[in-house]
Amino acid sequence: MRTSPAARVGQYAALLAYLVFLAFPLLWLLSTAFKPPRELASLHPTWIPIHPTLANFRQAFDEQPLLHAAFNSLLAALGAAVIAVALATPMAYVMARHRTRLARAATGWVVVSQAFPFVLVIIPLFLVLKNLRLIDSLPGLVMVYVVWALPFALWMLVGYVRAVPVELEEAAAIDGAGRLRTLVSVTAPLLAPGIVATALFAFITAWNEFFFALVLLKTPEKQTLPVILTHFIGAEGVADLGPLAAAAFLATLPSLVVFAVIQRRITGGMLAGAVKS
Amino acid sequence: MSGAGPPRGVAAPGAWFLVLPALIPILVLSVGPLLYGILLAFTDAQSGRTAATRWIGGLNFSDLLHDTLFWESFRIGLVWAVGVTLPQFLLGLGLALLLNQDLRLRWLARALALVPWAMPEVVVGLMWRLVYNPDAGILNETLRDLGLGEGRDWLSGLATALPAVIVVGVWAGLPQTTVTLLAGLQNTPRELHEAAAVDGAGAWRRFRTVTWPALKPIALAVTALNFIWNFNSFALVYVLTNGGPGGRTRLPMLFAYEEAFRYGQFGYAAAMGCVMVAVISVFLALFLAGRIRGGDDA
Repeated sequence: MRTSPAARVGQYAALLAYLVFLAFPLLWLLSTAFKPPRELASLHPTWIPIHPTLANFRQAFDEQPLLHAAFNSLLAALGAAVIAVALATPMAYVMARHRTRLARAATGWVVVSQAFPFVLVIIPLFLVLKNLRLIDSLPGLVMVYVVWALPFALWMLVGYVRAVPVELEEAAAIDGAGRLRTLVSVTAPLLAPGIVATALFAFITAWNEFFFALVLLKTPEKQTLPVILTHFIGAEGVADLGPLAAAAFLATLPSLVVFAVIQRRITGGMLAGAVKS
Repeated sequence: MSGAGPPRGVAAPGAWFLVLPALIPILVLSVGPLLYGILLAFTDAQSGRTAATRWIGGLNFSDLLHDTLFWESFRIGLVWAVGVTLPQFLLGLGLALLLNQDLRLRWLARALALVPWAMPEVVVGLMWRLVYNPDAGILNETLRDLGLGEGRDWLSGLATALPAVIVVGVWAGLPQTTVTLLAGLQNTPRELHEAAAVDGAGAWRRFRTVTWPALKPIALAVTALNFIWNFNSFALVYVLTNGGPGGRTRLPMLFAYEEAFRYGQFGYAAAMGCVMVAVISVFLALFLAGRIRGGDDA
């Protein structure tokens, strides 16, 4: 289809505005992370650090237990991702292949669970976990993350299962393969990329999660990275800008890498769930 | 979609065995706590003395009815949710249509869009605090350079705080909306567009008759979810302003969080949660009714 030159100019102007809007705060974060204190205190800040330095990164690690917090986040996110997907995959299979009342109820729950304000769930969970002595512990947090990750894991996986042609399973059955055999040797390999994408997505959301971690984890040695990051904001709201920027930049890198790998599959999976449910 | 035929794939008897591993945690740790939470809303439960909790009927709700601070926070929540969701949808749709064209810098827009999506909300909040910083921030410096005045302390100003956090909300959610709508656009067959163009349909007519009908179910689902997520959001504003100044950005979730975990009023906070769920459910029901009446979804 042809586009008039005037329309082209308008299109590029809009694209440029979008790029500037997206990049503006990101570039500023980077710039701040590499600035020495004197430039940070300047009343006329510059875009590019005149004397770039890594001192902010060193200071960030000195001020807060960033490595330890990252390790906590890693454990919580890995645990949540692996358990959630292991639990969700069989159920998603049933939901995708059978139009039973159970499957419909589960789909309804997936949709409704998106509408809960977390506060209504976290108060009773807080009481339950307290009785189980799982407050201020990573296993307690992982339990919460698993349940919280289940809806979208089901949502995505149902889409991936539907993308596996049922005819392949029927053909295997005709060839005499049992139910389990069909699942393991026909369905599972085709489903594997979707399962990995779902697990990685669960990993990122747990890595980034803040509210549950804030409520459940009290001692600094147990806290995850997002909670530790908020300690860079001082009591009066005054922050040490350089180390704050450095730590914030580092905290984003893992999810950014994972996300870049799976982005296409996520969009596809969520769309499949949204359109076909 | 295929019609309702006999169950296909692996036969049904094994289904329960496959469903239980997920069903049990869902019932024990999600549905159960939700019901428990609704029960708590009718009690005077407090964090310190859960043992002596008493049933107090609708007292929390009648207190809530007269709690002007809560309704103020509810109003702020709605302004925030609409203020973020509407631009997310309108700009997202425009950008999706734009990125669906053959443009040179398209790849860059797509690559950059990943960043806000993948960033922890806490980091987004911290980053924008750097941008909004009244002295060392780049926003005021840019405004000065452009000759647009001296700039101000955006996040601390009574009038500017809510708009300032709304901008951050839009920034954080726009790429996800755009990319999802773009994926939806790419599911519509190109041939339909070309056929319509051959028939002499202009851009607007093609959008109305070909693009929008195909995109509508996805657009509605995305917008409904965005609205709910935005209304229930917490981390971003907690980091940016912690509800200040003077409660001007205190979203309902921040209010309920303080009530529950700073003042220990579990019962009262649970009642707030119930009111939030009720309002969202009404919204969702109206929305879904409209979607079904539209009749374009299987």
